Amino acid sequence: MIPPVRNSRLLERAAAVPGVGYLLAALAVTFTILDPRFASLPNLLNIGTQSSTLLLLALPMTLIIMSEGLDLSMGAVLGLSGVALAMRLAGGGSVMTALTVAVAVGGVFGVANGLLVVRLGIPPFVTTLGTLYVAQGAALVLTDGRSVVGIGSALPTLYASTWAGLPFSIVVSALAYAVFHVVLYHTRFGVYVFAIGGNREALVLAGVRANLHHVAVYTIGGAMAGLAALLFTARTNAGHPTAAMGLEFDAIAAVIVGGTSFERGNGWLPGTLLGVLTVGVLKNGLNVMEVHNALQVASIGLLVIVALLIDSFRAGARRGHL
Amino acid sequence: MPRRAVAADAAALGYRLAGVLLLGGALALLSDAFLTAPNLLNVLRQASLNFLIASGVTLVILTAGLDLSIGANVGLSACLAAVAFKATGSIAAGVGAGLACGTLIGILNALMITRLRLPPFIATYGMLWMVHGFTYWFMAGETIYGFPPGFRALGSGYLLGIPVPVYLMAVCLAAGGVFTRHTTYGYEIYAIGANPEAARLSGVPVRARLNLAYTLSGAMAGLAAVVYLARLNSAEADIGEPLMLPAIAAVLIGGTSLFGGLGSLSGTLIGAVLLTLVLNGMNLLNISANWQPLVTGGIVLIAVWIDVVARQRSEGKG
Repeated sequence: MIPPVRNSRLLERAAAVPGVGYLLAALAVTFTILDPRFASLPNLLNIGTQSSTLLLLALPMTLIIMSEGLDLSMGAVLGLSGVALAMRLAGGGSVMTALTVAVAVGGVFGVANGLLVVRLGIPPFVTTLGTLYVAQGAALVLTDGRSVVGIGSALPTLYASTWAGLPFSIVVSALAYAVFHVVLYHTRFGVYVFAIGGNREALVLAGVRANLHHVAVYTIGGAMAGLAALLFTARTNAGHPTAAMGLEFDAIAAVIVGGTSFERGNGWLPGTLLGVLTVGVLKNGLNVMEVHNALQVASIGLLVIVALLIDSFRAGARRGHL
Repeated sequence: MPRRAVAADAAALGYRLAGVLLLGGALALLSDAFLTAPNLLNVLRQASLNFLIASGVTLVILTAGLDLSIGANVGLSACLAAVAFKATGSIAAGVGAGLACGTLIGILNALMITRLRLPPFIATYGMLWMVHGFTYWFMAGETIYGFPPGFRALGSGYLLGIPVPVYLMAVCLAAGGVFTRHTTYGYEIYAIGANPEAARLSGVPVRARLNLAYTLSGAMAGLAAVVYLARLNSAEADIGEPLMLPAIAAVLIGGTSLFGGLGSLSGTLIGAVLLTLVLNGMNLLNISANWQPLVTGGIVLIAVWIDVVARQRSEGKG
């Protein structure tokens, strides 16, 4: 991603960390100094819990953006999956069957996105804007615009459980990160994902079924929205048709801030984790310090812009433009 | 533009016009209330708000850019217009505040994109949240409502039997059509979208034109905010939020390509009318509003799919 220009390996590695890494460190130090409650273990776990849904969306979003794509439908698909999940639970289904339904619903939308983009050649932005509306509409029609409540106690109990001292949602998102990391960096599929965005032609000439893998990337995105619906529904204790709208933009922002760019198979999964955590730390820290809610909202916008600015200044400095 | 692109453009507009007529015909058969002057004027008035926002976005998307801040922009501009009007009692001050606020947000977007070289998606997404947060802080949960008829006429008044916003839409369409198709500025905006490097090498002031496109997008959102405020007769911090995606959808349904350099304002008008017709038809046929996003999504996908097929065919022939 970045040409080595310095002699020291350590400096080289530091230079490869996107601006958001430094922002995250700066924010953590600042909040710790300003308010000792910030660095307490319960609060750190709290940040992890709050970030888990976003991470589940941002991981597949990284793959999708690397393949020169975009998925605007994730928030709406999460909503529809959550509604299906809550309906299944309210109907007496087990958490496992409800999760299966949610992931299947998400997966169907993912396949549809993939086929529309890859087979019909409709640009990803338009495809997923269309399926955003379709998923949102389906969720509204299914629920008549109301929340699905009465989801029983099995899911809330599971959500409240801890595994080796860690909350359930952190365990799920940590596992998801590990799986994505291994798949992206240590499997053939991961190589294909890089190549789909970077050099699709070469991939096809090498006899790889690029279309199939490309559709798979979108399918994973849909399925992960289904999984995220599990955490989202558990946290809100209901299946709300539109509560998750807009989460896709947060996920895209986290991915871009983390150093993945829209061009040419350029992606970095650890950066996405940093991006998600930075959003989480910023929101939480401002909350702990009881900053006005409106300023918290504004600060997310500022964060995105500052992180990208740091990157572009550093890129400029490396190229000798500054 | 090359002749073949112009022909493809005309064909794409033709498909869309046919779609509008088909939908209109079907609605006329299904509902007696559809083909009446008040209803059709109402459709146009509703479409005009979307068109005002979407026309600015069209310019931006023609340059292969994007403006995600328009919804938040409408929200803040409407609130500032409301405050300015309430403070001074002058319609000019209210309108001026809305327009100035919208334009300023557009200029800030432009500076982030051309001076700081941020990707448009990120710059305008960041702007969305900053404007949104500022509006929440500024309004502090208040609602400003109750404007005199003179001000409300901008949104809900009639002139010679035709709603005032429809005149605004017509003026913007005419001026915008001349601007995009018959001035050097317009050609240059298309050229930047088609190939920024080629445009730069052939002497197009790329930065200046991008600045212009984003500033106009902001200004149009400011204008739409004033019309919206006059129509709603009240201002709240979050009124602009639901307007962003429909405006972008109207541009895309209208055949403007996200890759830039291809599309038109008349297409965007058809997109805005098509979206409004769907709403209106579902209303007349007593179909629950919950179905509306589903139908909107279907239209977006079908409209763009037709484009893709038509383009592939024309490329196959050429």
